Amino acid sequence: MTIRHEMIPERPAPIRTVGPIAWLRANLFSGPVNTLFTLVGLYLLYVLLAPTIQWAFINADWVGTSRDDCSREGACWVFVNARLGQFIYGLYPGSEIWRVNTVFASFAALIAWLAIPRLPAKRWVAIATLLAFPVFAYVMLYGGYFGLRVVETHRWGGLMLTLILAVVGMVAALPIGILLALGRRSQMPIVKSFCVVFIEFWRGVPLITILFMASVMLPLFMPTGVSVDRLLRALIGITLFQSAYMAEVIRGGLQAIPRGQEEAAAALGMNYWMRMGLIVLPQALKMMIPGIVNTFISLFKDTTLVMIIGLFDLLGIVQAALSDSRWLGFALEGYVFAAFMFWVFCFSMSRYSQYLERKLHTGHKR
Amino acid sequence: MRSDNKNKLVLLTSAAALTLGAASLASAQTLEATRDRGAVQCGVSDGLPGFSAPDDTGEWRGIDVDVCRAVAAAVFGDAEAVRYISLNAVERFTALQSGEVDVLSRNTTWTTTRDTTLGLNFTGVTFYDGIGFMVNRDLGLSSAEELDGAAICVQSGTTTELNVADYFRANDMAFDPIVFDTSEQTVGGYEAGRCDVLTSDTSQLAALRIQLSDPDQSVILPEIISKEPLGPVVRQGDDQWFNIVKWSLFAMLNAEEMGITSDNVEAMLESEDPDVARLLGQDGNYGEGMGLSADWAYQIIKQVGNYGESFERNVGMDSPLEIERGINALWTEGGIQYAPPIR
Repeated sequence: MTIRHEMIPERPAPIRTVGPIAWLRANLFSGPVNTLFTLVGLYLLYVLLAPTIQWAFINADWVGTSRDDCSREGACWVFVNARLGQFIYGLYPGSEIWRVNTVFASFAALIAWLAIPRLPAKRWVAIATLLAFPVFAYVMLYGGYFGLRVVETHRWGGLMLTLILAVVGMVAALPIGILLALGRRSQMPIVKSFCVVFIEFWRGVPLITILFMASVMLPLFMPTGVSVDRLLRALIGITLFQSAYMAEVIRGGLQAIPRGQEEAAAALGMNYWMRMGLIVLPQALKMMIPGIVNTFISLFKDTTLVMIIGLFDLLGIVQAALSDSRWLGFALEGYVFAAFMFWVFCFSMSRYSQYLERKLHTGHKR
Repeated sequence: MRSDNKNKLVLLTSAAALTLGAASLASAQTLEATRDRGAVQCGVSDGLPGFSAPDDTGEWRGIDVDVCRAVAAAVFGDAEAVRYISLNAVERFTALQSGEVDVLSRNTTWTTTRDTTLGLNFTGVTFYDGIGFMVNRDLGLSSAEELDGAAICVQSGTTTELNVADYFRANDMAFDPIVFDTSEQTVGGYEAGRCDVLTSDTSQLAALRIQLSDPDQSVILPEIISKEPLGPVVRQGDDQWFNIVKWSLFAMLNAEEMGITSDNVEAMLESEDPDVARLLGQDGNYGEGMGLSADWAYQIIKQVGNYGESFERNVGMDSPLEIERGINALWTEGGIQYAPPIR
């Protein structure tokens, strides 16, 4: 009999229970039926992906300046490449593009500042973003002050226009939506009925109708010689439409807050705005993050509807580029590019909202 | 390719617009307003190959766009003084009626209803369009008269479908319609060999042809079987502006007839030919009657070119579309483009 004084050293777990092989066995090949499904799935994936990759990467043309550089065997990204500037800035004059870039960069910086938790002075940055930045962006993009050349809105387009429509829509719709939601729950009959009528009216008509009315009918009601900018008309339409949706999302959140919360706040002597601003809304908005972001994402994609009133958003400028007689027949490439850009933005919004949810998670989830 | 329903909608909104008092606007002096603004507001399409589309550098190009540039050249002496507003088919007339644009130059067909009931005036014809046929070169056809019994790919719900049926009945020929919903599907059907013939407006056919995998394998037959005269439109009631737009096009046509191009216009200033001298403002001032300077036509030709140059550059042989002049040639060369003399 031997006595061993030292411990037997740790050995790695058997290869069949950990690591990629074990994962494959447990998840993909755990029985004959699952194995069959896995193989069928892999085959389908191959059938679908192989030609796509072949088209998009292997046979694709990447460099060149005209349609003659395209072999037509695969995707011709030369088209997207040649038009990239236009897809991003629309018909904005080339010499003035630095202005758009400045606005993009400062917006990204402000958002990053607000999104990264460690950075200080959030309150002031938020105020600057909401109040000073729009003025700055307007002056930079439109011009007319400080010797900047005026760039009229009919030259705006592409990703820049999509972002302007979406950001203005979101930023303006949220506060209006909150007010409408509170108004709809109010005891005051006039306020309440105004909010109900407003919400139900704007929610009851399709966005495309609103844009169409704004673009076709509105000019006829205006006095002679007065014309409101097309972009502004679209912005107002989108904002009103979106705030009605936002109001209902937020009202859903307000309903979920137990009545006791408000009553307790009232018992502490808080007035209406304090009760709402300090007790009810912070809880409600936190719960409604998925709903709010959902509305934002759908707004972001709805901005493509401005195409029907002749504004060239990202999708519109892609379509306009497709009708250049020098670049006919690259519809697939153009649409794939537009879809990819939209996906990037929507996916980023979705990820940020998930992060926000985790960060604000204080045990309200069940 | 113009859908009937869409046309009705256009007419309905436009007629409604008219009754809403847009007519009162028409008396406003467009030329003055344009001068104050410093730019001609020109309604163009939201993208039609060869007619109006932004190029790689973001500049609008096309035969419709050249009308806008010609008007700007005549008014300001600067063809770039144009503010382009892209309009879709439904809002184009209201945009003009409400004063959002000064000229509508957007492949718009001149018809009685549009000319007489919408408070608008067509100023001329920039492009005589119409339904044509594209066939495979291997069939060896040279005329639409030989199409008896052909299978024809056509888009459903368009006037094209009806016009083709009329044409075949009138010529006592049979045909087999293969109907598709969208123009992409129609081209797909043609390319897959489901029909011998693809039919659409000739300007469209040229654009569709480039997108085929082998464009040279297909030819467009010379016959045009329907009338789709496309031209610029202005508001009724401002005759001065009407004249400016009308004569801007006539100046381009006359220039081609006299052989004046953007390249030789400087040399032509010295010309002894009285017609040329009158057109270029060397003899008399024919711009005065329109409130323009004497060199209005010179500026158009110098900066935009004559009609032939514009045609070849945008839709003709110098462009990817390669549309033949056909009936769009000058009357002196077998076409029907004709401009009254400058005198």
